[in-house]
Amino acid sequence: MAPPDPRRPFKRPAFSDQQKRRDISLQRQAQNRRDAQHQARCLALTTMSLQNDSAATPDPQYEHSDPDFEIEPEAAVKDRDFDVREAASLRGREARRWFAKQLMLPEWMIDVPDRLNSDWYVCARPAGKRCFVVSSNGVTVSRLRNGGLLHRFPSALPNGARSNNSNRSGQSYCILDCIFHEADQTYYVIDMVCWAGMSMYECTTEFRFFWLNSKLAESGACTDPSPNHKYRFRTLVVYNCDQEGLKAAYTGPVSYLKDGLLFYNKHAHYESGNTPLVLVWKDENCSQYVLDTDSKGHIPDQQQVVLELLDDGRLATLDDPPVIFGCLDSDFIQKTGSQTGELLRFSINEGALYFKDGQLERADLNYLGKPNRARAFADSYSKVMFQYAARHSPLRIEHLLASIESSNHQETSTDADMLG
Amino acid sequence: MAMEITQVLLSAQAVDSTVRKHAEETLKQFQEQNLPAFLLSLSGELASEEKPVESRKLAGLILKNALDAKEQHRKYEQVQRWLSLDIAVKSQIRAFLLQTLSSTSPEARSTASQVIAKVAGIELPQKQWPELIGSLLSKVHQVPPHVKQATLETLGYICEEIGPEIIDQDQVNKILTAVVQGMNANEGSPEVRLAATRALYNALGFAQVNFSNDMERDYIMRVVCEATLSAEIKIRQAAYECLVSIGSTYYEKLAPYIQDIFNITSKAIREDEEPVALQAIEFWSSICDEEIDIIDEYGGDFTADSDIPCYYFIKQALSALVPILLETLLKQEEDQDQDEGTWNIAMAGGTCLGLVARTVGDDIVPLIMPFIEENISKADWRHREAATYAFGSILEGPSPDKLTPIVNVALNFMLTALTKDPNNHVKDTTAWTLGRIFEFLHGSTVETPIITPANCQQIITVLLQSMNDAPNVAEKACGALYFLAQGYEDLGTTSPLTPYFQEIVHSLLNVSHREDAEESRLRTAAYETLNEVVRCSTDETARLVVELVQVIMTELHNTLEAQKLSSDTREKQNELHGQLCGCLQVIIQKLGASDPTKYALMQYADQIMNLFLRVFACRSATVHEEAMLAIGALAYASGPNFTKYMPDFYKYLEMGLQNFEEYQVCAVTVGVVGDICRALEDKTLPYCDGIMTLLLKDLSSNQLHRSVKPPIFSCFGDIALAIGENFEKYLMYAMPMLQSAAELSVHTSGADDEMIEYTNFLRNGILEAYSGIFQGFKNSPKTQLLIPYAPHILQFLDSLYLEKDMDDIVIKTAIGVLGDLADTLGNNAGSLIQQSLSSKDFLNECLSSDDHLIKESAEWARMAINRAISV
Repeated sequence: MAPPDPRRPFKRPAFSDQQKRRDISLQRQAQNRRDAQHQARCLALTTMSLQNDSAATPDPQYEHSDPDFEIEPEAAVKDRDFDVREAASLRGREARRWFAKQLMLPEWMIDVPDRLNSDWYVCARPAGKRCFVVSSNGVTVSRLRNGGLLHRFPSALPNGARSNNSNRSGQSYCILDCIFHEADQTYYVIDMVCWAGMSMYECTTEFRFFWLNSKLAESGACTDPSPNHKYRFRTLVVYNCDQEGLKAAYTGPVSYLKDGLLFYNKHAHYESGNTPLVLVWKDENCSQYVLDTDSKGHIPDQQQVVLELLDDGRLATLDDPPVIFGCLDSDFIQKTGSQTGELLRFSINEGALYFKDGQLERADLNYLGKPNRARAFADSYSKVMFQYAARHSPLRIEHLLASIESSNHQETSTDADMLG
Repeated sequence: MAMEITQVLLSAQAVDSTVRKHAEETLKQFQEQNLPAFLLSLSGELASEEKPVESRKLAGLILKNALDAKEQHRKYEQVQRWLSLDIAVKSQIRAFLLQTLSSTSPEARSTASQVIAKVAGIELPQKQWPELIGSLLSKVHQVPPHVKQATLETLGYICEEIGPEIIDQDQVNKILTAVVQGMNANEGSPEVRLAATRALYNALGFAQVNFSNDMERDYIMRVVCEATLSAEIKIRQAAYECLVSIGSTYYEKLAPYIQDIFNITSKAIREDEEPVALQAIEFWSSICDEEIDIIDEYGGDFTADSDIPCYYFIKQALSALVPILLETLLKQEEDQDQDEGTWNIAMAGGTCLGLVARTVGDDIVPLIMPFIEENISKADWRHREAATYAFGSILEGPSPDKLTPIVNVALNFMLTALTKDPNNHVKDTTAWTLGRIFEFLHGSTVETPIITPANCQQIITVLLQSMNDAPNVAEKACGALYFLAQGYEDLGTTSPLTPYFQEIVHSLLNVSHREDAEESRLRTAAYETLNEVVRCSTDETARLVVELVQVIMTELHNTLEAQKLSSDTREKQNELHGQLCGCLQVIIQKLGASDPTKYALMQYADQIMNLFLRVFACRSATVHEEAMLAIGALAYASGPNFTKYMPDFYKYLEMGLQNFEEYQVCAVTVGVVGDICRALEDKTLPYCDGIMTLLLKDLSSNQLHRSVKPPIFSCFGDIALAIGENFEKYLMYAMPMLQSAAELSVHTSGADDEMIEYTNFLRNGILEAYSGIFQGFKNSPKTQLLIPYAPHILQFLDSLYLEKDMDDIVIKTAIGVLGDLADTLGNNAGSLIQQSLSSKDFLNECLSSDDHLIKESAEWARMAINRAISV
């Protein structure tokens, strides 16, 4: 019952390694529990938000067109639960059909969005093949935008390579949105759709990028190629779209050939199909491919567009709802042997897009023929407009910088400049 | 009804163990047959002047142990047993005890004092024995000094036993008056004065009111300060103990006295005998503690309404205090570093100097530099050691800007001293100082690096070389390496330690094999450092860490093969198993964290698991905490493959869950159940009956430490998430427990910070259980089984929201539960959800939270609710 011994720790660092081991274990367990719950929740979200048409008969005309492409209305989804997990194990045509519809497609920037400097990220887009990379069951598969196979290879992504001790086979899969850059044989990851079984749909861009940056490096996928990891993966440097960020993305050196800039709205979720919340923009300084080329690789004198033939003869863009560029009469359809849902290539006569109140009213089109069989999509309205503007009065980097500069002013004059 | 027990009590202290055991057996029988008579006999024995002092003392001791126990649950039983005794018996016992205070035998008096305090500890809070304090106070004024001494001692023990709220202020005043009178310089008996001074130490907590009154406080302080000048060393020491306690309890009242206290303490530190000088130093150390806390709390911004003002006593006394402390550093003892138990004035002085540095920061540097410069190269080792110790002591506190230039100059000198100084003590302190340099001035947060490509190799070479030095020096060198590695912990892919990794690991393993590795906790330090080196390693050395798995497995295998049977060596073997399992745990966690290294690790999984099972088999009743922690990491890394180990491992899991005494083991095992659930998923099912039964038992036990209960609730969630609707059969047990715990955890009003923290911990566990259960039952036809629980759960969430004292973790979990409930029950709970406050105000607050985890959970809840109410 005496007063406490005044003895204090002497020359002892104030730590207990055992306590440290306990604490680190507890942290790990808490994190694993959060991950497990998060996964349970995200699978639910995936079920809520993904569509599935696996019940439909495969369409023999698939390579030419994809009539199911448009996003189905919410109500039709309800009773057709579909799980990314199943999608990851799809093979062949089924897989192509499914993946062709899952990519988020940026609109082309035809005017500068508000609050660019506060709500958007910007990064330099690598030139190359846009693809989905899926790792599951010990193999990694990359598929192009039309669903076609690009590579099948082992990778360090979760469950991306076979190994004697691979585990969680049914659960652990990844889906990454990538651009494959030929020159350095590298997959540049531009977005993360699922990671280690967790769906990133319904997560904001901010969160997806955060997750992407922390998880990809951890997985070992960014390391140099090895027998179990055939291609290197890299993330892009993403900037806040303020003056400095935009300039850095525009002029900053990168390890890859640039093909324009990508703008991501920070609050947007990953959605399949066209979205105005991701934008692409380019000019001659940051891209070799500003103007579209024809099938021979030449820039045609007149702008060309690919449109989809609807059943009433109207010519539609990829958008939802589609923008109508014109209408074919039945004689013409018969003469060219065109079928509903087919893609058709046209050229636009010089200066022949007519607008009223900022909306397309009429276009003078010349029929050229049918596009390459690999082509799966019509052009989007924003793409046509961007190409049109690029030939007439392009949206220049100065406009973007000026918009950031005067971000307090609601109205900018870019629309008029571009369309004038 | 009293029984004759003198002979039995004497026999119970016999040398002959047969006699002793027989006597102990007899006493036990007495106690079981007739407790009141037994207790009465013991108190009678203690009170009886005719009986031998040995039997009286033992009687008192047994009596005391019948009233108190270390374990909370046993103590509770004993208190209840005493309270239920017949009042006549209790009165008689009390009378015997009070009577003993007048005994001529000091041992009998002292024993009686302690027993009275125990009885008072039980009875006073129940408003029983109200006349106790009064009758003690009346005795204080009785003439015989030995009675006065025993009475003061009793009052002191009582104050230690009960809280200040139990005694009313009038009685407090009387106790303090009696005590302070007994301490007075004109008290003739030194024994009385000592007892009074010690009693004051215990009574200080009761003196809040008296310390707020200037006159009373002045008087108490005067008496205490006078007692520090007594001719009796024990009185001086006891008086300083009071002063130390006053320094921390009544810091804010100290200003008028601090100059006087400085004068007497500085004299005591310089001139008084060691036990007194140590307390005088401790006074300043505890003032540092106070000021560090205050400055931490307010971050240096004081306003008139800060709870406790900071008087900056240390800053004011600095230039006078530091020289006194520096002087103490020269009073080292030979070999103090080899003796674990030593505590002397040089150690206390250096420790105090370190606290002073933390209190004042940069200001201390100019005050110690002349001392260091003057002494660091002197011929007498005491001077060199004192200079080094002074430097090492002040490294925490001053800014890196101030210290880095000095360290840059000193570093080379230190490295040379560590290699070349002939004195063990100097080398010990030098290695320790290097460790402090790396701890506080090296790492990713420090702007100017101390360790550069130019000196890194030399530093490592010197440290590794010192690992061959005497055990105490080698241990400090390990410590320095620990902090050296820690400073490189967040580097990503490359580390400056990579080129040395193999050499470091090799040296540390050699240290662990030294014959004298038991001394100075050298082996422990070597493994701790090895662990940190592994934790802070990068991908570059992953291959070498994989190789280390085999090395550590071999070590563990060898210790398991060695047949050692004496209890001493078994104890040591246990410790070694712990260190090796700890090391494997760190490696498993490191390699398990990324896929490529995990696959490399998994080739050894069978062998590792086999070794862990053998470690468990070495111990009969308890399981090894370290092995358990390591198995959790292995289960996480193995995933479903862990299923094959379950048949052999399960019995140890059961043992761990039943280990109430070592609650850390139980807690760790609960965590491992979670790991297993996540690894095995539905394959956990065959083990769930057993696990759930034990977890429910744990929850109902009042023996188990409360800190284990929240993780058990979380574990329910893990199990439910793993086995889904199969959790059905446990619902009827788990849900009522969750419900009653939830009700208890809603309100924290009046609780202290620690209790609020615990309550939030508990809430989080309950909520994680609900989340796991809802997610587990999703898409099952049995979902409807959960509907009856929904109203209560929503009400719980609403109450938590209204209580406004959730921490961020609980908010995140709570809003997640709302989403899980909506997701799983869907439109069955749509209207209930819409009626709840949580689905509106709480959800909206979370949606606009700055915390991205809360926001994420809230987004989830919003989507799930929208779907539930739209269908």
